[in-house]
Amino acid sequence: MQKSVFRKTIEIIMFIMFIFFLFAPLLSLGIWSVALRWYWPHTFPIEIGFDYWFQALGITKSLTLGAVNVVPAFWLSLGIAIVVVIITMTIAIPAGYALAKLRIPTFLKGLILILFLMPRAFPQQPVFLNLMLMFNKIGLTGTVLGVILVHLVVGLVYAVWITASTFRSIPPELEEAARSVGASRLKAFFKITLPLSAPGLIASAVFVFLTSMDEFTGTFFIGLPFVTTLPMTLYSASGSNIQFASVIAILLLIPSILFMILIQKFLKAEHIGGMGG
Amino acid sequence: MAILKVNNLNKNFGKVKAVQEVSFEATEGKVLSLLGPSGCGKTTTLRCIAGFENPDQGEIYLDNKKITNIPPEQRGIGMVFQNYALWPHMTVYGNLAFGLQIRKVPKPEISKRIKRVLSMVQLEGFEDRFPRQMSGGQQQRIAMARALVFEPGIMLLDEPLSNLDAQLREEMRFEFIELQKKLGITAIYVTHDQAEALVISHKILILNQGKAIQLGTPQEIYSNPKNKFVAGFIAVTSFMDGKVGSLAEEQKKVIVKTDDGLTIQGNNNNLSVGQRVSVAIRINTVYFIQDEDEIEKKSVNIFKGKIIQSSYLGNIVDYKISVGNWIIRTNTEVKYNFKVGDEVKFYLPPEKIIVTLEK
Repeated sequence: MQKSVFRKTIEIIMFIMFIFFLFAPLLSLGIWSVALRWYWPHTFPIEIGFDYWFQALGITKSLTLGAVNVVPAFWLSLGIAIVVVIITMTIAIPAGYALAKLRIPTFLKGLILILFLMPRAFPQQPVFLNLMLMFNKIGLTGTVLGVILVHLVVGLVYAVWITASTFRSIPPELEEAARSVGASRLKAFFKITLPLSAPGLIASAVFVFLTSMDEFTGTFFIGLPFVTTLPMTLYSASGSNIQFASVIAILLLIPSILFMILIQKFLKAEHIGGMGG
Repeated sequence: MAILKVNNLNKNFGKVKAVQEVSFEATEGKVLSLLGPSGCGKTTTLRCIAGFENPDQGEIYLDNKKITNIPPEQRGIGMVFQNYALWPHMTVYGNLAFGLQIRKVPKPEISKRIKRVLSMVQLEGFEDRFPRQMSGGQQQRIAMARALVFEPGIMLLDEPLSNLDAQLREEMRFEFIELQKKLGITAIYVTHDQAEALVISHKILILNQGKAIQLGTPQEIYSNPKNKFVAGFIAVTSFMDGKVGSLAEEQKKVIVKTDDGLTIQGNNNNLSVGQRVSVAIRINTVYFIQDEDEIEKKSVNIFKGKIIQSSYLGNIVDYKISVGNWIIRTNTEVKYNFKVGDEVKFYLPPEKIIVTLEK
């Protein structure tokens, strides 16, 4: 009895701490985003309102320092992210499949993986600075295309890695069984391997999407000042206007949270689907 | 139904010679087992026939058509995998219909054929189940049904029963025999279980280290093993190594001098004096002698030994007897009740003792 009370107490404390660490930063962002006037020694804002939200969403015009309409930036980020996901997955699915399933000599396999990993193996700033100098020569800096290319470099690493391990987790006999009953290699892939690896592929796509939405360093070097994605606006706002930065931060969180729910749904489907046989 | 011919098959994986110069022919409508220890090349041979591996050398013919280099989907060979390889995202119906849909069989015909094949494997009404909702034995049957439903001329089975528990495995052997007989399909059956091979096969090909050692009916393999390896692999056997001392007056008998100087008579009709041989003693060919009178009646193959291990197995007792440099294992009725350390005399009837090549 005593023990169970003790245990319950510990559990409750752990739960509260969990909630605190998870939601406290979010809560703080939420409060900041609606705080019109808030200074020491007040525990809570003195004046609350959605003025910064309206300004950020372009509903009202404002003269506040650092306030810009972030709606175009949001759509730009979203658009770039979608294009990056499509291109990345078109490359990563065949590449991951080849790495996982085809008989490629080991040294070649290593070479390919290293090639994909290289951009991430070094500190990011020098890599992107170098890239910027190269892009400068061919006129890609300050263009959306240039930013997409940079996001691809970042996204491909994860995507190839995750898709390869997803394909590797599918027993080769499943595809062989399909071929023995008359399916071509292509048909076996589309009817057997692809549906079975869908959860992993979707997870990988979501990861690439979020990486692109969030990408800062590469966009900073290649995109600015002409391509202003959401993280860029957050960066410029955070220096001058914390309320405004909070609004952007929350906007950035929305797709992540939506996708988190999506991933969870697919991972559950995978579980129900009896991937383990 | 089809005839399969494998001619001088070779397959290397890097430096490993997985299959070396393997040739055999599978008779129409019969079961041929590829039997051997793990790593003997039996699965690689099977995968070459299925088309999942490209042989480095050699040809494979199906009904006199060369299939060595055509892709697996065009070979029309049914295959049953060790881990069943049922598609987890499809129902039984989906699993069975897949091959038929590719062949553009009309829908009503598909349902009809699936019904028929399910009744053959005694799983009527299982169409809507997913593989995960079935037991191992049921999954095994569906795997077999999937390999049969598109009516291939030949069926390959890669250790299909090895994932089942012992009792079910034995039952499934008989079910497989029944099914094969009913369909008259040619089957190539890979296994490492000699009992399974003896029960289900019309012919057995023994493989070791990538080479084909002996091809024969179960009876031939059991009673006329080509060498020590085959004799030891097909059944629990004790060996005494030596040289052929002389040919006995009786037909088909040879007298062997073992390396430690024992003399033993056994069966074999094509050996010559001086050849290195192994005397194979099966566990059920050792007769203990307690009555001294009996010894006088039998002039040969009486040995003295010492019990060094005794295991009680319920209906029988398993003894290990040390004789000279050799250890002989035997299963006998419980009545003897020997203890470890007991001196025993036993008789090995020459007509039941197999003399075979050492290598």
